[in-house]
Amino acid sequence: MDATEPPVMELRGVSKTFGEVRALSDVDFHVRRGEIVGLLGDNGSGKSTMVKMMMGYHRPDPGGEVWFEGERVQGWSVAKARALGIETVYQERALADLQSVWRNMFMGREPVNRFGLLDIRRMRREAAALMKGHMGFTSGAVHPDNVVQTMSGGEKQGVAITRALFFEARLVVLDEPTMGLSLSETQKTLDFVRSIKEAGRSAVFIDHNVYHVYPVVDRLVLLDRGRIAGEFTPAGITLEQLTDRLRTVARTGRLEG
Amino acid sequence: MAKTGIPPREEVAAEAVPRITPRLFLRRHALTTGTIGIAVVMWTIFIVAAPDVFLNSRIYSAFGITTPLWGMMALALTFVVITREMDLSFVSVMALGMVGFVRVHEFTGSVLLAILACLLVGLACGLFNGFLVAVLGIPSLVITLGTMFFFRGIELALLDGTGVPLTDDAFGTLRDVLNGKTAGIPNEFVWMVIIGVLLWVVLNRTRYGAHLFVVGDNVDSARLMGIRVTRVKMTAFGTLGVVAAFSGMVASMQSSYLWPTLGDGSLLLPIAAVFLGGTSVFGGIGTIFGTFLGALMVGSIQAGVISAGISGFYTQLFFGLIIIVSLVMQTLISRRMRS
Ligand SMILES: Nc1ncnc2c1ncn2[C@@H]1O[C@H](COP(=O)(O)OP(=O)(O)OP(=O)(O)O)[C@@H](O)[C@H]1O
Ligand SMILES: [Mg+2]
Repeated sequence: MDATEPPVMELRGVSKTFGEVRALSDVDFHVRRGEIVGLLGDNGSGKSTMVKMMMGYHRPDPGGEVWFEGERVQGWSVAKARALGIETVYQERALADLQSVWRNMFMGREPVNRFGLLDIRRMRREAAALMKGHMGFTSGAVHPDNVVQTMSGGEKQGVAITRALFFEARLVVLDEPTMGLSLSETQKTLDFVRSIKEAGRSAVFIDHNVYHVYPVVDRLVLLDRGRIAGEFTPAGITLEQLTDRLRTVARTGRLEG
Repeated sequence: MAKTGIPPREEVAAEAVPRITPRLFLRRHALTTGTIGIAVVMWTIFIVAAPDVFLNSRIYSAFGITTPLWGMMALALTFVVITREMDLSFVSVMALGMVGFVRVHEFTGSVLLAILACLLVGLACGLFNGFLVAVLGIPSLVITLGTMFFFRGIELALLDGTGVPLTDDAFGTLRDVLNGKTAGIPNEFVWMVIIGVLLWVVLNRTRYGAHLFVVGDNVDSARLMGIRVTRVKMTAFGTLGVVAAFSGMVASMQSSYLWPTLGDGSLLLPIAAVFLGGTSVFGGIGTIFGTFLGALMVGSIQAGVISAGISGFYTQLFFGLIIIVSLVMQTLISRRMRS
């Protein structure tokens, strides 16, 4: 992590209003290369909105700026964000239930051959390999041609997580990736997050369980009712102090009670 | 790179996709298999009921001339339905495109420019539908009912309600290409096959085709994953517009006359063909092959009932029966596949 280098992703003065609801208010946020940033906050505090802002799914209200690798981006879109190397595991998973696993894995970034036609062989092969080697599907019943609809909740999540990791993105955003996962699958997901750092890439990690977030992140950002309420490093705060702070913020909206 | 959690490429290449057993294959293609089954049963009944009609090649050539006039539109309509939309206006686009044709021909005397104008009018109508649906977010069933009347109204106003004879010698080549025969097969049918193959490739072998499925399956997921939903839908409507205008040209050249009512009464047949072919009204599922089979079924009922000398009103009875049986079957199959 190099503080002189511009951050991979940065939000400056970003607000977002949905009708009457102000989901984000004047948020400044950044992620550096090789850095894992944990994002904590109550339900409805604006975490997912911030994720979709970074992905170009939402546009900031006038005045807000999105920066990528030191340049202000104009006309930011999900397609652009993905092309530049940002992948996200959305809270809602963003799968197409009636489509096969391989179609879901490559949704929006389908490889084509030199004639511009879909490279289906490659997609099915890579999906099969990822399912076996990565998601640990051993049962022969799970075939890359299977439709996602028939899979279990955890398996679906596996598809969404594996998809985000496949493209070797520079920045991986994980919005509650462990929700509903078994102990072993959760452990695997946390290991993935660590491996992102080891590969010199960056991540934003959202999870309601501080015991998941605290050990793997370099920095913690606390969001409260659409505002940044505080920033910590695991080195500067113990787990007990952190949970205390979280409770205080949830109750009073301020860090100190 | 070793610790990215992603298997290195060589490992990926070495991993074979698990084989699909014949049973699994049948299960996966249960819908298509079912549609083929119904088609075969229906055809067998026809042959047994009226062997002299259905074993005679005359009915097939009659069929090959009439079915494509709306069957080509059924193929393109499949794209729209897969995105979970509907279009009712293509029957009017058929005629409006031909107005472009005759007007440009009058002005320039060029058949080539006339053809181009016809297809461009079709494209413009389709994109207009797409704009209203995808950009403004108006439900397609409702808004294309509006554009159906609107396009028809423009056409009637421009033609002043009277038809245009298309007997100019300059149309000879065009008529040969559209309405001649190739190896004994009516060119109308050849065009339907060509369009079917093209659309099949687009749907199953291009990124655009993959996006059609995702948009119809879950539009929010599509947006979150960076698929340009508006563009995908507009292109689907645009494609149908072009194919409708082309169909209008084929039909008009066939009768050497542009009827102001061209397309009237062709609305329900393509829609029936699309649903008979197993395309889901809920979007995300559909095949060009299924629609092709559906069109053949609807077309053969139409041709068969009339040729067999059965009174015309039995056609509707047959249509109704086939559609109900097919949809019941499709529902049962989908339910079984889910459990
Ligand atoms: N598309 C939208 N339209 C209207 N309001 C929205 C929309 N998206 C989010 N909101 C509102 O913005 C606020 C923040 O939502 P967001 O999903 O970002 O919260 P979150 O921190 O991710 O919560 P959770 O922990 O429950 O996932 C909520 O009040 C929500 O109702
Ligand atoms: Mg959320």
